[in-house]
Amino acid sequence: MKLTQGKINELLSESACEHNHKKDGKGKNKSCTQVAQPGAAQGGCAFDGAMIALVPITDAAHLVHGPIACAGNSWGSRGSLSSGPMLYKMGFTTDLTENEIIFGGEKKLYKAILEIKERYNPAAIFVYSTCVTALIGDDLNAVCQKAAEKTGVPVVPVNSPGFIGSKNLGNRVGGEALLEYVVGTREPELTTPYDINLIGEYNIAGELWNVLPLFQKIGIRVLGQITGDGRYQDIACAHRAKLNVMICSKALINMARKMEESYGIPYIEESFYGVEDMNRCLRNIAAKIGDSVLQGRVEQLIASEMEKLNEALLPYRKRLKGKRVVLYTGGVKSWSIISAAKDLGIEVCATSTKKSTEEDKARIKELLGKDGIMLEKGNAQELLRVIAQTKADMLIAGGRNQYTALKARIPFLDINQERHHPYAGYEGLVELARELDEALHSPVWQQIRKPAPWEIELPSVED
Amino acid sequence: MATITTPRKSVAVNPLKQSQPLGAALAFLGLKGVMPLFHGSQGCTAFAKVMLVRHFREAIPLSTTAMTEVSTILGGEDNVEQAILTLVEKSKPSMIGLCTTGLTETRGDDMTGILQTIRKRHPELHDLPIVFASTPDFKGALQDGFAATVTSIMKELPRAGETRCNQITLLIGSAFAPGDVQEIKEIVAAFGLHAIAVPDLSLSLDGHLDGDYNTVTTGGTTLAELREIGSSVYTLALGESMRAAAETLEAQFGIPYEVFTSLSNLDAVDSFLEGLADLSGLPVPDKYRHQRSQLQDAMLDTHFFFGRKQVSLALEPDLLWSTVHFLQSMGAEIRAAVTTTKSPLLEQLPVETITIGDLEDFEQLAIGSDLLIGNSHLAAIARRLHLPLYRLGFPIFDRLGNGQRCTVGYRGVMQLLFDLGNLFLEQEEAQTRH
Repeated sequence: MKLTQGKINELLSESACEHNHKKDGKGKNKSCTQVAQPGAAQGGCAFDGAMIALVPITDAAHLVHGPIACAGNSWGSRGSLSSGPMLYKMGFTTDLTENEIIFGGEKKLYKAILEIKERYNPAAIFVYSTCVTALIGDDLNAVCQKAAEKTGVPVVPVNSPGFIGSKNLGNRVGGEALLEYVVGTREPELTTPYDINLIGEYNIAGELWNVLPLFQKIGIRVLGQITGDGRYQDIACAHRAKLNVMICSKALINMARKMEESYGIPYIEESFYGVEDMNRCLRNIAAKIGDSVLQGRVEQLIASEMEKLNEALLPYRKRLKGKRVVLYTGGVKSWSIISAAKDLGIEVCATSTKKSTEEDKARIKELLGKDGIMLEKGNAQELLRVIAQTKADMLIAGGRNQYTALKARIPFLDINQERHHPYAGYEGLVELARELDEALHSPVWQQIRKPAPWEIELPSVED
Repeated sequence: MATITTPRKSVAVNPLKQSQPLGAALAFLGLKGVMPLFHGSQGCTAFAKVMLVRHFREAIPLSTTAMTEVSTILGGEDNVEQAILTLVEKSKPSMIGLCTTGLTETRGDDMTGILQTIRKRHPELHDLPIVFASTPDFKGALQDGFAATVTSIMKELPRAGETRCNQITLLIGSAFAPGDVQEIKEIVAAFGLHAIAVPDLSLSLDGHLDGDYNTVTTGGTTLAELREIGSSVYTLALGESMRAAAETLEAQFGIPYEVFTSLSNLDAVDSFLEGLADLSGLPVPDKYRHQRSQLQDAMLDTHFFFGRKQVSLALEPDLLWSTVHFLQSMGAEIRAAVTTTKSPLLEQLPVETITIGDLEDFEQLAIGSDLLIGNSHLAAIARRLHLPLYRLGFPIFDRLGNGQRCTVGYRGVMQLLFDLGNLFLEQEEAQTRH
């Protein structure tokens, strides 16, 4: 994939992304295209985003062409789990030195790819460019092509220098690499009318494993897992699926749209969080590709899962009822988690809409009710102010804000990609309830809010 | 005398090394009211921040000049300027710690020139120290970035002043955790000496709960203390990597110094206390005499488990040095030693070979060991080799209490003896049960 300015602009103005649906020039959310602000920017870079999207492909080697920081500060620490190969957890980097900065890094990259093939025999090698290798002008595509010919292993160039933009853009760059080099390059051994791809589900904390058994029960086959617990071969065959199911993410929507264009695969956008959403997801899939028999099986499954779930949630619902939370997370999760919280009887008093589309916002408004606050922008101070103002009991947010809450003595639950607990599916909701209950009712809160006995001011004697 | 080898290969697999800017950030975070600023792409900062947050389980102030493709081509001056102005407005830092990254070093931004221009254009920044360190990602490792930053701090902030005969400067290298710094400060204070510790992680990354939310560090060496370092009577450089910073103080203010390469075995602690007794003119306090006898007793109890044990280490040079000496002082043997970057210490280490390499090298060399020592990335290797792992260094994701860990002084060494001894003990019991 050549990464020209035109290509970047195309990814930034992805037509299927509602961020780019102008409404008379108004109401356009600029979060895809906005430039990071010096001194204020907080997020990851495009390289980070590309890796988030692709590293979950477990049987591939992921080689970072750059100086040590890019791989050294990130390898092995992503939360995607594997049911088999562990190669994706290894950190490969060309670890560029001054010498290559001056004379170019192409030779070293070529040799690095050959060494990886020889020592680890991966299903494929994804090669990521970084700011420095883009700056010194290494021709990633040419080296990858030559190395692929030499090794006979697919070598996929991912042109993802961090400075081209945000994590979101990087996700799309990762998606583009899959479209251009992977999807459609192999044929599946067999296909069924019930084959789907999951796009944008990364199996964080093993969430996928809460959902796959449900699909299995109703006879849906997941052909390509893009990319959670993914295998190269399966993703290469993904063009034979009958439906693309986009999960909780606008980030890889370019893949869904282009696969519709190229292979005629329709797509739907769904969420695995909360009862309502999980039910809707199963029903929508059945409606798209199934017959009345499949739809019947879905209804049966939902009924039996709901029964089990209601029983499992009973003790938690009692303890969580009426609790108030502030939610701070990006995009689709901003509404999908509200829905999950409502299932548990929890009131969401404020949520972020920073990365949400107009459609997301409309749903949020509906779910929040009239008193709910929509946070357009937010930093740590703003969050704390809103928590105080709404008298919220806890903050649900990404790991970055964990210490914002804890240091202010406010219970916290991690909802982003660093989390350690799977919240997807019906089982996930029970897990979420258990975690919320533990966080809210821990005996530590009373103790850490208590002043030392000698700090309590006694009423003065004269009164 | 050790032979240093650097495996000839084009790909680093499971890198042990972290980048220089990460070390710079860590050093800056030991100053009070500081906002570290990476001149690079926003990802450089985000990655480093995540690492530090996960290790210390603390909020970490860290900011970025957010270089884009366009600003990289045109030069980063505007971004540096805008970042500084934004930080001053939003976070009101008492110092800014600026460092470069691979991106801006490759481009070759003239940082001295840029800072001069910004200062000229913004006289209102006159009282705001902006300490700059050059820390390209493509050279050196965390320890180098940390050392370069401490050297910059020593070059830029201390002012000349009348010598105070009980004030000393402690330059504390990257091998020391916040808990270590706290113990070191307590020991020094017990000799009636007033120590200015730089950087003082024991006040910023130790993990403590205080009042309001802050966007800059709430503790650490203060600017006022840094200014007064010129009045110190002596510098104690802890860790070989602190030598250059100590030399800077000698060159500027004529302050003599001594380097202590370890505080993690009986001899090393003895000579540190002896040095403090000499400096202060006071005898070693009873407390430490008693602790010394406790340590000796612990050495007796634990030596059965250490003798002839084969240990493999993957640590940065300073920490490798002190840990190797600790292990050898207990009769353990070094099976493999892998490190990240060059250091004059390496050749002097009493082991056969030292590899400047990655964890792929380490995994091969460590086969047949009894124990592995290194950061959390070794956990997967320990599982594959069925060996116990003692976590040391950076980053440690899978253990709590990294801000309080202490392996220096008699007490710290004793704790280290027990922790490692228990691992050996557990292993032996597991084997006899089979």
